[in-house]
Amino acid sequence: MDDTLVNGTKTTKELEKVVIRFAGDSGDGMQLTGSQFSFTSALWGNDLATFPDFPAEIRAPQGTVEGVSGFQVQIGKIDIYTPGDQADVLVAMNPAALKSNLQFARKGGNIIIDMDAFVERNIEKAGFKTNPLEDGTLNDYNVVEAPISSLTKAALEGLQLDNKSIMRSKNMFALGMMYWLFDRSLKETEKYIEDKFRKTPALAEGNKRALNAGYHYAETIEALPARYKVPPAAIEKGVYRHISGNTATAWGLIAAAEKLGKQLFLGSYPITPASDILHELSRHKNLGVITMQAEDEIAAVCSAIGASYAGQVGVTTSSGPGIALKGEAIGLAVMAEVPLVVVDVQRGGPSTGLPTKTEQADINIAVYGRNSESPAVVIAASTPSNCFEFAYQAVKLAVEHMTPVILLTDGYLANGSEPWKYPKLADLPPIKVNEPQKTNGTYYPYARDPETLARAWALPGTTGLEHRIGGLEKQDITGNVSYDPQNHEKMVRTRAEKVSRVANYIPELEVIGKGDGKLLVVGWGGTYGGLLTSVKELQLANKKIDFVHFNYINPLPKNTRQIFEKYDKILVCELNMGQFASLLRSRFPGLNILSYNKIQGQPFLVTELKEVFINHLKD
Amino acid sequence: MENTVDIPQHKPLTKKDFESDQLVRWCPGCGDYSILSAMTNALPQLNIPRENVVFISGIGCAARFPYYMNTYGFHTIHGRGPAVATGVKLANPKLSVWEIQGDGDAMAIGGNHFIHALRRNIDINIILFNNEIYGLTKGQYSPTSPTGLVTKSTPYGSIERPFHAAELVIGAQGTFYARTIDTNPKLMAEIFVHAAKHVGTSLVEVLQNCVIFNDDAHAAVTARENRDDFQLHVKHGQPLLFGKDNKKGIRLNGLKLEVVTLGENGVTENDILVHDAHTEDPTLHLMLARLGPPHFPVALGVIREVRAKTYDEAIAEEREKISKNARYHSVDDLLKSGETWEIK
Repeated sequence: MDDTLVNGTKTTKELEKVVIRFAGDSGDGMQLTGSQFSFTSALWGNDLATFPDFPAEIRAPQGTVEGVSGFQVQIGKIDIYTPGDQADVLVAMNPAALKSNLQFARKGGNIIIDMDAFVERNIEKAGFKTNPLEDGTLNDYNVVEAPISSLTKAALEGLQLDNKSIMRSKNMFALGMMYWLFDRSLKETEKYIEDKFRKTPALAEGNKRALNAGYHYAETIEALPARYKVPPAAIEKGVYRHISGNTATAWGLIAAAEKLGKQLFLGSYPITPASDILHELSRHKNLGVITMQAEDEIAAVCSAIGASYAGQVGVTTSSGPGIALKGEAIGLAVMAEVPLVVVDVQRGGPSTGLPTKTEQADINIAVYGRNSESPAVVIAASTPSNCFEFAYQAVKLAVEHMTPVILLTDGYLANGSEPWKYPKLADLPPIKVNEPQKTNGTYYPYARDPETLARAWALPGTTGLEHRIGGLEKQDITGNVSYDPQNHEKMVRTRAEKVSRVANYIPELEVIGKGDGKLLVVGWGGTYGGLLTSVKELQLANKKIDFVHFNYINPLPKNTRQIFEKYDKILVCELNMGQFASLLRSRFPGLNILSYNKIQGQPFLVTELKEVFINHLKD
Repeated sequence: MENTVDIPQHKPLTKKDFESDQLVRWCPGCGDYSILSAMTNALPQLNIPRENVVFISGIGCAARFPYYMNTYGFHTIHGRGPAVATGVKLANPKLSVWEIQGDGDAMAIGGNHFIHALRRNIDINIILFNNEIYGLTKGQYSPTSPTGLVTKSTPYGSIERPFHAAELVIGAQGTFYARTIDTNPKLMAEIFVHAAKHVGTSLVEVLQNCVIFNDDAHAAVTARENRDDFQLHVKHGQPLLFGKDNKKGIRLNGLKLEVVTLGENGVTENDILVHDAHTEDPTLHLMLARLGPPHFPVALGVIREVRAKTYDEAIAEEREKISKNARYHSVDDLLKSGETWEIK
């Protein structure tokens, strides 16, 4: 977005894509502002992706850098896979928001600030030594100093509202300004406000007034010389909705249970950033969902195992620290061979780490994090909306293969959102239950399907199938307790083989690119958007670079080796110290597998990745 | 609400029907054998189809129990039995769910699940085998071991204070607490039947002897010479009498219980406290449960039995209520709920 200041007349410019970032105190309503802007843009026909960036503290002291909450959205007339690297427009509601978000603003872009908040006390609280509006800090930006607080106050005069409520409407003023700047209609947000404040008409009126006041203010001031048009994208035809990763995960689980004709049981303990899955599922108990907020992470997974054993779809949702606590119980599900879905919404670690920030460092715990030989299926979603597809797939694999399945998402996917052409249940793949069979009148709980090696799901309450299972080693076929050395080895190998045969039931990898054989970029999970955008931009510039993205971590897709062997260099990019690269190196020794890693609690930037790839192409 | 369970029609089952083909591997003389026998005696009396009976356990000697029952069974991990049992019951409320725990399993590693199962009042039956020792790991002190007990991990005697199961049950708002002893199979079977009929979490504490690592831990109560003076068999609505010829009784004196003898100092049966297991207020239940040697007998029988809404009932009620006004009836409804738009 290149701005040419034309004094006097307002012009309209067309843009392919634009990145907008809203930043304010965590109580300023920035998440709401951002999501309203996104929704209006989606209705207009833009493709888009969003990313909220909020503090771990619910309400850190007002005006401090720690308490700043941000929301970034990229909209485009082209396909958008990420929320964008740097903001073309940054809205900063106070000095602290400016201080912590200036790093995300593009030089030459617009910064809209609430001038009223830039008083000495706030400037000092934010950690500025001098006033950034006066000391040259913002020389590289087009700064719009808008008296947002005072104009909101003036616009709401005469309404029966206290000062706190008035000040809470200033986010709508800022949103109104953005609507003018990007030539958007106020209609959808007005409808939203009316709905939200149905019971308090004064608040509805106040918010609408602030929204309109912002719009007209932006239209009038000279500091905003041009407005921008981002035309609708060429999006596939169909009916769309907005979806966040956590909601998609919750709905994918419901869909799978409904497809199976079973109830969904969620045992969960609150933990950031996974709690929203618990919240969402708790709203849908009429759809055959039981949610239990357990006394701890261990009870959460154990109750899910109990529910699965008794014939429901048992699921537990958590993040890294909770997954660590669930390890022993996941091992029980491995041994007892019952279906279990474990959702790990990854966050920065170790220990409590960075609860609200994203990371991809739980591959090791998911694949290896249990005592002894304890194989589980591990899959990973790669966009907010395909959390639905992979949650569904997690249930399908767990039930069809009688195994725990760990679904990895992350804070970035969980809270990010995008438009989604949602499916119909009838179009989703069927899920087959392995029904128990008797042999000569006897039921053998550890008899297996010859193809998948899965045992049957024999449910308590069924006449004639009474049997005992448990965590002690099982005798092959009968399932009785056995300490026999040969049997133990056979069972360990059988459980491993069962999980590796899942590879026969998952899609193969697809290479994005011409297959030049020079540089293969490899990603997995939530980094898909950034990697795809970077590779595609370089491919457009005729660089010899290809891309594969993994959604299946254990087992790996069957054609992995075949693809890898073609390339001089394989560059595995991940938000950790190289856990997936290590796994790949151990499976495919002798190949030139390199790593690019970032561990900052933030996603990859496209500019950053392109630079890395260009350097690799030079060698 | 009445304390009844649905009794389905089924061909009568026998003790044999509940015995599995697995070799029972507890130590010779272990109290667990008589508990197993009492259980296989009790279950046919309940008229519950065998396929609807599930035994869940954690880890420990007691936790091997499910392997010896010819029902559904799941031997899980240490301390987590109540959590697994909760999932089983919620998944299929028709099942009769029994959860077997030892004192270490229930009150040390699994303390959290133990109290929360009781707090939720999920309709399961927990049988607590209390031998005041860790047997399977070969003799360390447990959370119920008395202070001073010499074990492998307390060579100079335990310096910790023990838990009393009843206090945890009542502290967690438990609705059913009964106590029995492994030397009285008839009483055990009676109490198991009673526990099964209680709707809500039933907690049965069995004073069980570990013949190898803590022999005679309960001898002050169970030994033949102590039976009369140190066993108080409580029954709802009956006076608290004990001793040879039922000449001794428990009297409430101010805020304390005391032992009195009928005929001495003008004491008559009218002075003896009548047991009320059904009163909501747990104060007297707690006082009774705390009695014990050397000055008091140990109360055996159903000490507390009150009806409160169970977790499984509350879930079913909530679902019915929500479903009445639900806007969505399928995942397809949900997918198209809220704002959607069409790209043409």
